[in-house]
Amino acid sequence: MFIVDYLKEVYGAVKSLLVGMNRTGYYFTHHKEIITQQYPDNREELNLPERFRGEVVMAHDENNEHACTGCSACELACPNGTIKIINKFDISPEGKKKKAIDTFVYHLELCTMCGLCVEACPTNAINMANTFEHSVFNRGLLTKRLNNPDSKLKAGVE
Amino acid sequence: MFSLESLTTLVQDWLNKTFPPAIALLFEFVIVGVLAIALFAALGLVLVIMERKVAAWIQIRLGPNRVGPKGMFQSAADTVKLIMKEGLTPDGADKFLFNLAPFIVMMVAMLVLAPIGFAKGFHIWDINIGVLYVSAISSVSVIGILMAGWSSNNKYSLLGAMRSGAQMVSYELSVGLSVLSIIVLTGSLNINDIVLSQQNGWWLFKAHIPAIISFVIFIIAVTAETNRAPFDLSEAESELTAGFHTEYSGMKFALFFLAEYINIFIVCAIGATLFLGGWMPFHIGNWESFNHVMDYIPTFLWFFGKTFFLIFLIMWFRWTFPRLRVDQLLNLEWKYLLPISMVNLIMMTLVAIKGWHF
Repeated sequence: MFIVDYLKEVYGAVKSLLVGMNRTGYYFTHHKEIITQQYPDNREELNLPERFRGEVVMAHDENNEHACTGCSACELACPNGTIKIINKFDISPEGKKKKAIDTFVYHLELCTMCGLCVEACPTNAINMANTFEHSVFNRGLLTKRLNNPDSKLKAGVE
Repeated sequence: MFSLESLTTLVQDWLNKTFPPAIALLFEFVIVGVLAIALFAALGLVLVIMERKVAAWIQIRLGPNRVGPKGMFQSAADTVKLIMKEGLTPDGADKFLFNLAPFIVMMVAMLVLAPIGFAKGFHIWDINIGVLYVSAISSVSVIGILMAGWSSNNKYSLLGAMRSGAQMVSYELSVGLSVLSIIVLTGSLNINDIVLSQQNGWWLFKAHIPAIISFVIFIIAVTAETNRAPFDLSEAESELTAGFHTEYSGMKFALFFLAEYINIFIVCAIGATLFLGGWMPFHIGNWESFNHVMDYIPTFLWFFGKTFFLIFLIMWFRWTFPRLRVDQLLNLEWKYLLPISMVNLIMMTLVAIKGWHF
């Protein structure tokens, strides 16, 4: 019947509108749940979400070892050429030549913090840090080397 | 008990004693004009900060919090900024109409203020066709908007103005019908009579379900008529930059902005008068002692409390619902609101004739 469908439609519309207003009304009355960070005022106790994407960093352990094999997957994944990987060839004790990373160049000034490099990395060598105060007076300081000097590839990472 | 009525009679008596009647009337005009402008300025400041705070809280934000305590002077700072800005008139615009339009919109808002009763015995003009006057004058504001859109010589402005015209013309109908359903009960168009008829309870509660239906339709339709979200098609930011006031800047833009908020205040005042008893305190039938306690709250507080409650409701709509498309907007009016309000009017007439209301 037409009139029944019509009334059902009106009922459904009113009900869904009330559901929406219930949600926003809940937020309005629960003022404690506000997620805004008063940034410059609370710089000490800043509480950023875990997955906040500030900059790309490479984790090093206590022996100054990282997990980057120099496969260049991140360089290929990067949409705007932020990462440049310079490789060298190590001579292993058996006399075999082995590819290893020399410099992991990271152009912070080009980075859009999309996180595609982190997703592309097969060995989880790089990840996104929470730091976001990147302003410097000299543009050259924004071109960073991510692997520490004299760092080595962790044993067992292929 | 403090009442504004005694104040007005005091002023009038003093003026009539000191000056000849013609001059006293002139002075009263001036006082009323100054009061109206002061009310507009105060409303503009209060409603803008209220809107921003409500929006922020609904979206789990803090809102403006830098100027003054808790950001309460933000709208004053905005006003100063707007006054300092240049009011640019584009080269291709029709200069006369372009500069006239904001004043037309503003004047309409001012005229509608006349018959509204702010407190017991406190209104500018107690005419016997108050409600008719309000609905007649408020539809003039579409002329101001069309004027602004046309004279700007800008396709976005023109589109926004045309949409606004279509919207106002269609939603006027259901506003009118839902207002009529209360007029059927009171049998008077005088706003004072309507308020007095709610002596023993507000119409929203006295007239059962038809009153609630017409209240809901009224609120939806006035939201559309004042061009507020979710019906803000005439200035839909994402489609038309700013709609009919794209080309306006500085104080001329501020007048449009102010007129929007004044219009919200006025339609909410009308809604409060018709459905929630205007300045009439909350009375329940024959509970004399309860009614007496309620009478201790000044009537203008009742009026402003109800009006601001309705304004809050409309703001709540704005920050909850997504914007409609043009065809959905007209569908809603012609296929849903109008037929429902017509059937509702018949039901209300039945209630009024049979005397089923309290």
